Amino acid sequence: MSSIELDGVSRAEIMIGAITRMLQGLRHVAVGASSPIPGSAALLARALSGGKLRVSLLGSRKHNAFTDGGRELFDCAAQGRIDAFFLSGGQIDGSGNINLVGLGDYPRSQVRFPGSFGSAYLYHLVPRVILFREEHSPRTLVPKVDFISAAGASPENVYRPGGPYALVTGLCVFMFDKEKRQFRLQSVHPGVTSADVREATGFDYIALETVPTTEPLSSDELTLLRTEVARQVAETYPAFAAKTWGVVESG
Amino acid sequence: MQVGNLVVELEELVSRIPDGASLAIPAEYSGCAAEAVRALIRRGCRNLHLIAVPTGGFMADWLIGAGCVSSVEAAAMTLGELGTPPRFSAAIREGRIRMKDSTCPAIHAGLQAAEKGIPFIPLRGILGSDLLRYRSDWKVINNPFAEGDDPIVILPAIRPDVALIHARAADRHGNVWIGVRREMMLMAHAAQATLVTVERIEDTDFLADDAMEAGTIPALYISALSVVPGGARPIGLAGAYGPDTAELAEYARAARTEEGFQRWADRTIYGKVPA
Repeated sequence: MSSIELDGVSRAEIMIGAITRMLQGLRHVAVGASSPIPGSAALLARALSGGKLRVSLLGSRKHNAFTDGGRELFDCAAQGRIDAFFLSGGQIDGSGNINLVGLGDYPRSQVRFPGSFGSAYLYHLVPRVILFREEHSPRTLVPKVDFISAAGASPENVYRPGGPYALVTGLCVFMFDKEKRQFRLQSVHPGVTSADVREATGFDYIALETVPTTEPLSSDELTLLRTEVARQVAETYPAFAAKTWGVVESG
Repeated sequence: MQVGNLVVELEELVSRIPDGASLAIPAEYSGCAAEAVRALIRRGCRNLHLIAVPTGGFMADWLIGAGCVSSVEAAAMTLGELGTPPRFSAAIREGRIRMKDSTCPAIHAGLQAAEKGIPFIPLRGILGSDLLRYRSDWKVINNPFAEGDDPIVILPAIRPDVALIHARAADRHGNVWIGVRREMMLMAHAAQATLVTVERIEDTDFLADDAMEAGTIPALYISALSVVPGGARPIGLAGAYGPDTAELAEYARAARTEEGFQRWADRTIYGKVPA
């Protein structure tokens, strides 16, 4: 999908732009494994924040200040020191449950995904968890996940400062309605209609009659993304930076 | 303690990992004793309970493909941009290994409990996850300090029989410098035995140097070590050498089939020249 260009802006860049807007005004954003689009958004948001936003990018040496081993991110999250984090899923359902484990009956999954990583924990503790999944199809956005790696909602008695905030796909932005425990269509990307989203989504969600278009990055922001930020991204995600911007790491 | 008392040949080092042992190995951004894992496979090790701290990748997949593993505890099994480890996926599909699916902080916390010598540790989150349904060793209690209802998950301590790691250097006393990769410190504290391969031994004392000391595992925790230059290849060792991306991609391709894995193992593990 990332190869589809819309007025010279790629789908990945539209997603990066949408996520960047959600990080404005935050203090500390952490980015986990296999998250090039959120990683790019976090680094762009930092560049736009005038140095106010801290970013901890896992897998990076230059953009990661943790000094106490693999556990520090998680301890930091439980203390409330991380404002936003990003999760994806092989399947995501309409209640915000995510499946990172596999398809079919567990444990002998016929298609096995890598596993839950830190999701079962961070989903409860980080206030603004932004879900991302470029492939927007009935295969990925399902009525009910085959395995709940991390639950979208919890009963009242469960300690849960964190949870789903939004779901950004290759077609649109959904916001999570914590009261109703379901997604609401917030905006559709340029060139996409509400009907396209409805057809490509396997779960039910709330949608108003008219839905705005996802606000694109300004040309200054896009230039920043494609130059300075792209080179920072290339340290951790060289394949993604090369494919998306033809950029290699420097400085 | 002098380092000479700890140093053994690589074959001797891996002979200290008995069949059936629980073996902790670090994630691939940390210190991977890849050559030691190949030696362990050559030894024909069986029935390992592998503990990935907190995720497993190439080394875990080699061990699974070579039939050394009966169960895996991991928060994820991943080859990064190369996807799910293929021998792991096949073993899951065919029901040949038992998977104890976990989440990253649960593995760190279990080791932290072992490090403290306590039987269990509470951890936030996880409630509502299917992980909890399938992990019969995880329990939910009510926070005994809460005024009201506050369910919280408790996890048993993870005390590996052996931790196996690779590091940049040991000093003349057998202290091992790991720098900022402190999950290896946690592993050494938690495991009953810690086996280490190092790039080199330096004739110095890391504990006498303020800059080095904080990133050093004291020899107290080290059971044995071997000098294995390039011991993390082809995975790579931060600060020393990068991954051999072509070789790793070749593995991911070859290991999609049992036969492909065998040919790859013959070449890189058993040193056989293709017929």
